[in-house]
Order: sequence, then structure tokens, then C-alpha cells
Amino acid sequence: MPSLGADMEHGKVVEWLVKPGDYVHRGDLIAEVDTEKTVMEVESFEEGIVAEFLVDLGETVPVGTPIARITGTPADGALVPPKAAPGATPAVQPPLESVGHATPPIRHLAHELGVEIEHLHGTGRQGAITRADVEAAAERSAAPAPPAATPPAAPTPTPTPTPTMGRVRSSPRARRLAAKLGVDLAGVRGTGPGNAVTEADLRAEALAAPLSASVPERGAAPPSDTAAPTAETATATEAAERIAKLRRAVGELMARSKREVPHYYLSTTIDLGAAMAWMQRINSERPIATRLVPAALLLAAAAKAAKEVPDINGFFIDGVFKPSPAVHLGVAVALRGGGIVAPALHDADTLALDQLMERLRDLTVRARAGHLQRAEMADPTITVTNLGDLGVETVFGVIYPPQVALVGFGRVVSQPRAIDGLIGVRPTVTATLSADHRASDGLRGSLFLARIDELLQKPEKL
Amino acid sequence: MNEHEARAAVLAAIHEVAPDVNTERLDANSRLRQDLELDSLDFLRLLENLAQSTGVSTPEEDYADLTSVQRLIHYIAAHS
Repeated sequence: MPSLGADMEHGKVVEWLVKPGDYVHRGDLIAEVDTEKTVMEVESFEEGIVAEFLVDLGETVPVGTPIARITGTPADGALVPPKAAPGATPAVQPPLESVGHATPPIRHLAHELGVEIEHLHGTGRQGAITRADVEAAAERSAAPAPPAATPPAAPTPTPTPTPTMGRVRSSPRARRLAAKLGVDLAGVRGTGPGNAVTEADLRAEALAAPLSASVPERGAAPPSDTAAPTAETATATEAAERIAKLRRAVGELMARSKREVPHYYLSTTIDLGAAMAWMQRINSERPIATRLVPAALLLAAAAKAAKEVPDINGFFIDGVFKPSPAVHLGVAVALRGGGIVAPALHDADTLALDQLMERLRDLTVRARAGHLQRAEMADPTITVTNLGDLGVETVFGVIYPPQVALVGFGRVVSQPRAIDGLIGVRPTVTATLSADHRASDGLRGSLFLARIDELLQKPEKL
Repeated sequence: MNEHEARAAVLAAIHEVAPDVNTERLDANSRLRQDLELDSLDFLRLLENLAQSTGVSTPEEDYADLTSVQRLIHYIAAHS
């Protein structure tokens, strides 16, 4: 069960998109997963044959639980660890039985990522350890998730030495404390005798968890989650329950953000005269289906500016800010009936405006229909909220951890402005930035907003 | 297209974009933005659906007048 966002704790498979015996490539969609927020399509992290499903449809399991077994070749053993017993530690380590061989470049990569190569199960020729194996292990060691290949464009979470996990040793006292702190023992690396989890480990974990994308917070979900019915018939009760869950998930993430992230806030008013005139001219020549909306221009400008000011684009994980080379622009989409999701427009800075508009429309429709894909929920490196569409002039957002910035655009309003010594009425928008002071300071934030302003003055180049 | 047909087309288009809205009981004075909570992308989809079903292609300069369900029905009836 992959993590589909920093705030995801559990998920359930509501539909399999493959069947045992199917051959799947990395990236093929294999299942639809219901999180507390939405239903998403999840891709395979491995190539091979689907041997068996390890969870039942509708069964709610913690993030990190293996959901299917994929075998590489008929001769190859299990690539995914066996299913954890109910209530037990989700197995997150690959089998240790096979000591594979690796080429020097791979060993070098493993060293860089802090992966212990002798603990890896190779999936290459004759059990050779491949680049993908090492990257997947690095991802696993940072996250209690199933074998997951890091998308090349996304930043790799800070690697930590591979912990020896499997069965978690802990005292009853530590377990009580874990429950109190809402920490899942399965996600904690023990430093006590025999790698036992100590109270100190738990307290550290409770403090660190809110900052880490890969360690979901636990313990907040009620027991009823584990007995949730299948999502086939969305009755009114279920819809209400879904909204309540989404509200809670959003609330937890935002509380964590406000608790842990030292926000600073900036605001500027941008003259959209040039942008709106250009857009209206373009739209007047187009059928409705390919027309632009102001939001598309604003998002394009924000994405391009984020590429140029890397201090506000990336993840703050384990006490370190890692700028992201790619700009995956999270777009806050209000769901009808309540709640919000912020899936990513991948590589938004590289998209032509028309392409961005098309993707935006597609993403919004799918977000509302509950057909988002895993990577779209997990990847945003910076998020934009465009509340202006529904009325307000200014929005100061709350950062989605582990991201470090949130950009807000208000309503496009006509305002008197002084231009070349004369007063004129111009369309304007208030752009705001909420940013993490651990990753940047006001100067860089100002540069970012100023850059958005500049870009919007030349809309034809967006 | 008469007012009655235009109304049916508008309600069908709203249902496409906002399936949670009960179009059978919808008050025609409902405002698209404030009451039905349609954002600019929803509004664009609404007009696109109407263009397909009624053939009315709404130029952007007319957007500002189309604030309520009733106004949209009038507009479609008048321009089809």
C-alpha cells in the first residue's frame, strides 16, 4: 500500500485492474485504492508476473502493507515480502535470503544512497542488483512503503541506513507510549538492545513524523476504519462519512503544518491588463473547448517562477530542505460536497499554455470524480490555490508538508491603478506566498512573487 | 429552441458538471458561482456541454451576464 500523500495512513483496494498471471511493467496501473480523500489508481513499482493478491477488496490496511506479490521470472522468488499478519508489523524489507552481485557503478550508487547492498534481492540477470533495486531500497528505507522506484524527476527522500525491521521489539510500556503519541511502532527504528524501540525513539519519532513525507502519522483513525465496507454502493451515509474523513485528513495535515512549519507570508497586487487582453483576444478566435481561463495563466507563471527560484520548490524532510529540479505544481481542487485535494500537474514549468490548460481541465475533472493516480497525489513540489474563482480577493494558504511553499491567487478584480502618471482601471489579482522559513526567507519569496508578476506582463511567452 | 427546451438543456448540462446538484428541484434563480459553486473551469465545461447540445457558442464577452441558471436559460433560448 503506497503512500499517496503525506497525510495518508491507511488505504483499501477497491478494484484490481490486473489479475493473477498478468504480466505487468513498471508504471502499469494495477489497482484502484480508496484513501480517506479520494479513489486513486496505483501503478506497479515492479516488472513481473502478478502471482497473488495479498489483501482483499475493501480491506483497510496501513501504508506499507504489501498488497500483491509480483514475481520477476518463473525462476525468481518473491520480490515482495509476504503479507503481514493482521495487527502485526507491516513487512517493509525485501527478503534477505539472496545476496546478489552488483557492478561498481551500482555499488557506488548504493553507497551514495546509504543502501546496504548485501541485504538486497537482485531482480536483474542471475539475481544481479540493478539500479532500480537500489533506488527502490533507498525509497523503502526512508518510507514504510512497498518496493517503490523513485520517479527520476522527483526528489529522493533523505536516505537513512537500512534498518533491520521485521518484527518490532518493544516493551509494553513503549507500546503504551506509542499508542498515546499516535506513533506506529512499525515505522520506528529501534536503538535499544536488539533494535528494540525505546521511549526515546518514540518521542523522537513523534516529533519527526510531522516533518517527514514518508512517515505517516498514525493512530488518529477510529477502529471502524478497519471494517469499512466496499465502496461499490456509495450511499448517502457513505458520502457523508467520506466527507467527514476527508475533513479529518485535511485537518490533521494542516494542524501538523501549522504546528511544525514556520510560515512567513508575502502579498503583492499584480496588474493583469496585458494578460487579460491577450487571453480575450486568443479566446475570441477559439471554440469554447480550447479557450483559456485566467487560472491557467496564473498557474503557468507560478510554475515558471518556481523553476527559477528553487528555494520555494521542493521538500523539507528530516530536517533538510531538498530543492526539486522538477516543478510538479499541486493544484488545490475544491471537491463538491466539501474537502480539498491538491494533485500535481507534472513538470508544469515545461508545458505550453494550451497543454497546461488541457491538463488542468483533465486533472480537475478526475479529482472530482475520484480518478487520480498515485503519482499525482504524492509528487507536488509546490502548491497553488486559486480561491479567487469563488470570490475572495486574497488567500493566505497553509503549506502542505513536506512542501515548503503555497501560492495563493485571489479573484481578478478591476481596480484603479496609476500607469505612467495616469489613473486607469485595470484588472488585477492579489498573489500571495506562504513559505517555510526553514527553507527560504522573505527576500527569495519576494523574488518569486516579483517573477510571477514579470511573467504575467508577457503572456504570449507563457 | 423555446424556453422549456432551453431549460432542459441547461439542467442537463449542470447535471454533467455538478452531479451532486438536484436539478429537478433547482431554483432557477440560483447563482452559478455563489449557489452552485461552479468555478471558472466548471463554467467553461457547462458552456461547452451547452454548445454541443444546443449549438450555441457563447463568446467570452457574454460570460459576465450569465450569472444565474435563469439568465443562462434565457440566453440559450434567445441564441439558439
